[in-house]
Amino acid sequence: MRRSGELPPFQRFFEEHRSDVWRLLVATLGRTEAEDCFQETFLAALDGYPRLSDARNLRAWVLTIAHRKAVDVHRRRRLEAVPAGDLPDRGQPPAGDGDPELWRAVRSLPAKQRAAIAHRFVADRAYKEIAGAMACSEEAARRSVHEGIKRLREVLSR
Amino acid sequence: MIESRLSQAVRTIGDPPAFDTPRAERKGLVDVAYAHVDSPFGTWTLAATATGLVRLAFAGDDEESVLDDLSRRISPRVVHAPPRLDRVRRELDEYFEGERHAFDVPLDWSLVRGFNLKVLHATARIPYGSVSTYKDMARSAGSPGAARAAGNALHNNPIPIVVPCHRVLHSGGGLGGYGGGLDMKQRLLRLERAI
Repeated sequence: MRRSGELPPFQRFFEEHRSDVWRLLVATLGRTEAEDCFQETFLAALDGYPRLSDARNLRAWVLTIAHRKAVDVHRRRRLEAVPAGDLPDRGQPPAGDGDPELWRAVRSLPAKQRAAIAHRFVADRAYKEIAGAMACSEEAARRSVHEGIKRLREVLSR
Repeated sequence: MIESRLSQAVRTIGDPPAFDTPRAERKGLVDVAYAHVDSPFGTWTLAATATGLVRLAFAGDDEESVLDDLSRRISPRVVHAPPRLDRVRRELDEYFEGERHAFDVPLDWSLVRGFNLKVLHATARIPYGSVSTYKDMARSAGSPGAARAAGNALHNNPIPIVVPCHRVLHSGGGLGGYGGGLDMKQRLLRLERAI
């Protein structure tokens, strides 16, 4: 048997957390970009895995990696910014992801609010963990979620 | 409510993709690759490091603890990556067809040490179709009186079949023991026409 605090074999870690990572990335990036980001996340996780000293909160660890990878994608998007009208449907969720209107609204939020909303409601994380992933205070994480919700309500009631 | 609408929409996001294992392999990040292999004795779990085949676990072995053990003793970068096991899979198929008498895959001995390693090295040299004894293995390992310890070493062989511990019998002619069960030992020796 594995002792507590000991790392599980990577494959088992992957199976346990892949749905959470996938949902977080699809919610914030859309499916097309989520695919690549998902692989980047788990490659980075595999790279750093043996150096992890504590296996107790692997979920928080991998969701933080996913968050950083998603931020990178958004940054790249801004750098290659194309006039909005010319954008292909990259933010468009394909058929099968229910409520495309909602996802479009989530993806239109400012970066911090979008991330905070996704961590809170897609990955179902506590504010303390969200603060850790986003490198901000718990209070700031709470505020981002609050403002994000407010804004979503506005956008969706239009 | 936005919150409940969100949590409902989350449930409609489909299944995640598989891990891009070939990419992880190319980056040299897979320390232990494992795969499942069908044999006449059920589905086995095979594992290989960059050095070679490190573990062959029988159908009766608990896979979870086999992988835990590899993770703890070699590296936690244990990934389901079947292509690395293709060659040994092919050689096992040929062996069971009776067409292959020796395995050519490189081995990784890192799960074995000391006296046990000497015993298994000696075991690896027993040719197809012949048998030896626990006593002989102990002698080859430099401790003629340690037949029982040699038996233990064979019982803990991490790479059975490929390191043919089934070819080691009691000096009195009895079959001795076998991790995969005595029936399997007997059938392997019959396949090899050793008994």
